[in-house]
Amino acid sequence: MDAFLHQVLSGLATGGIYAALALALVMIYQSTHHINFAQGEMAMFSTYIAWSFIDAGFPYWVAFVLTVLASLLIGIVIERVVIRPVEHAPVLSVVIVFIALLVILNSTAGWIFSYTIKTFPSPFDWRGLQNSYLSPHEIGSIGVTLMVLLVLYGFFRFTSLGLAMRAAAQNPVSSRLVGIRVGWMLALGWGLAAAIGAIAGMMIAPVIYLDPNMMSGVMLYAFAAALLGGIDNPFGAVLGGFIVGVVENIAGAYIVGTELKLSVALVLIVGVLLFRPSGLFGRRYVVRV
Amino acid sequence: MGQANSIWRWLGVALVLAGLVALPFFISDYRSFQYTQAIGYAIVLMGLNILTGYNGQISLGHGAFYAIGAYVAAILMDKYGVPYWATLPVAGAVCFGFGFLFGLPALRLQGHYLALATFALAVATPQVLKYKGLEDLTGGVQGIVIMKPDPPFGWDISADQWLYFFTLAVGVVLFFLAWNLLRGRSGRALVALRDHPIAAEAMGVNGPLYKTMAFGVSALYTGIGGALGAIAVQFVAPDSFTAFLSISFLVGIVVGGLATLSGAIYGALFIEFVPNFADDVSKAAPWAIYGLVLLVFIYLMPGGVAWMLHYLRVRVLSVFRPASRHAAATVPKVNL
Repeated sequence: MDAFLHQVLSGLATGGIYAALALALVMIYQSTHHINFAQGEMAMFSTYIAWSFIDAGFPYWVAFVLTVLASLLIGIVIERVVIRPVEHAPVLSVVIVFIALLVILNSTAGWIFSYTIKTFPSPFDWRGLQNSYLSPHEIGSIGVTLMVLLVLYGFFRFTSLGLAMRAAAQNPVSSRLVGIRVGWMLALGWGLAAAIGAIAGMMIAPVIYLDPNMMSGVMLYAFAAALLGGIDNPFGAVLGGFIVGVVENIAGAYIVGTELKLSVALVLIVGVLLFRPSGLFGRRYVVRV
Repeated sequence: MGQANSIWRWLGVALVLAGLVALPFFISDYRSFQYTQAIGYAIVLMGLNILTGYNGQISLGHGAFYAIGAYVAAILMDKYGVPYWATLPVAGAVCFGFGFLFGLPALRLQGHYLALATFALAVATPQVLKYKGLEDLTGGVQGIVIMKPDPPFGWDISADQWLYFFTLAVGVVLFFLAWNLLRGRSGRALVALRDHPIAAEAMGVNGPLYKTMAFGVSALYTGIGGALGAIAVQFVAPDSFTAFLSISFLVGIVVGGLATLSGAIYGALFIEFVPNFADDVSKAAPWAIYGLVLLVFIYLMPGGVAWMLHYLRVRVLSVFRPASRHAAATVPKVNL
């Protein structure tokens, strides 16, 4: 029973990371109906930025804040420069641009930081948290994920910028008429997605180590999480993240073994798309012919 | 004019074929091997283009079908002693089956969702190939080593040259089959389903049938390409079939030209030779180039090399024959 509880709890810890990445996906999907295939590589790149700051001698939390800010900026720049030209292009063009972005970020990271695997420090090493179920880092990363969710909720619920962003996503034409700069709201959405991804990357890197391909597996689970929860519902995506984290761990420990863990994500993705395309909490769309 | 035009076209095709046949006598065995691989890729790109270019179903997971084809060939040769040429139909048939089956759920997925599902397939493939339960068959992480076939009838050519001719023959046959498939009724049905599914079905096109068949045929081509690739490289292992393989196929059809058959040739040459040159710069360089090339093509030349050549040809002809100048202005635009 203890082992089972351990699997569930550490599933929740990784689930928090999937939840954050899924949230980043939702952020972009809500406003543009694009699934950002490069989200994982953006997070990976941000984590390398954090590693550089720490390597240069900055204290961890200073590096953390600097990385989040830098990622925000990079996200905005990517939207303005790379994504904007294909804003109204057909789906295939958009997907190809995302793949291009994925490949460029991956190879640039390999080029600058080399393909050798690096360790990444965890800021949570308090002795007081030592217990048999969760490592201090797992507890810390759950805490950070919850903080991120709280801050985002506050931002979208209580600030006028958050309101403007929600409006731009929901009804771009009317938002424009009341003076919201819709284009910049989209860019800001990308920035926030990049920043959330950066936090997720920094939280997972101590566990899976830092290398340019670190995110491919993680991202697959995040896709599954976002789809499971409903890719247009932030709360659903977060819940989906935690569910996928637990399911992954339990399936890995008791059903298919760790070697086939990625296939669990594949089955989840295809299964959700087939049987409940809108996810658990997503909105159903009816399209008129 | 039409008749004269088609005679010139056939002459051109004959000339290109003659050139392709003569090629291995002028280059080293290693280069022959590289061109063999390129032809294998060209077959894959034709298959992917039937699905993604002509039928509009985005696949980021064709590396999985390539892997299945390669493994079928390798297992048949290694475990059952089947001759190399006999593995191709089997690889094709097995992949057709898998493709057709994957095409069924794909009917309900469109655009981004299909891209996502196939992407997941591509990412999960190496893990499945490494799976312990299949190790007896697949050789696990180690993969399978196979023998390079010798030229038949005691011909006095090297094994690499023979394999080049063999692959070329298969490629030419498959090219003409695809050409025949696409220029008639079924080709029009595929394009119509891509451009306006509702109108196409209202006209009596059987959407589900054509779409799943497109998936199956596309996987069949990819599987044969994979089998040829495995025979040429004499080796299969899970880590040669990562998600990046699928992405390089995507690069191939974008560079060659979406919804063109001849584009497969340019795309295949690109993905075979550019990494070779770029590897000298850095391990990361080929992928950096791939990414930038994808962006450049989507922004500036969404029709790829094939459409660009077509455009140039029309422009040049119009200089000599002013009457056909208006043709230059009506170069078909590709609607992605």
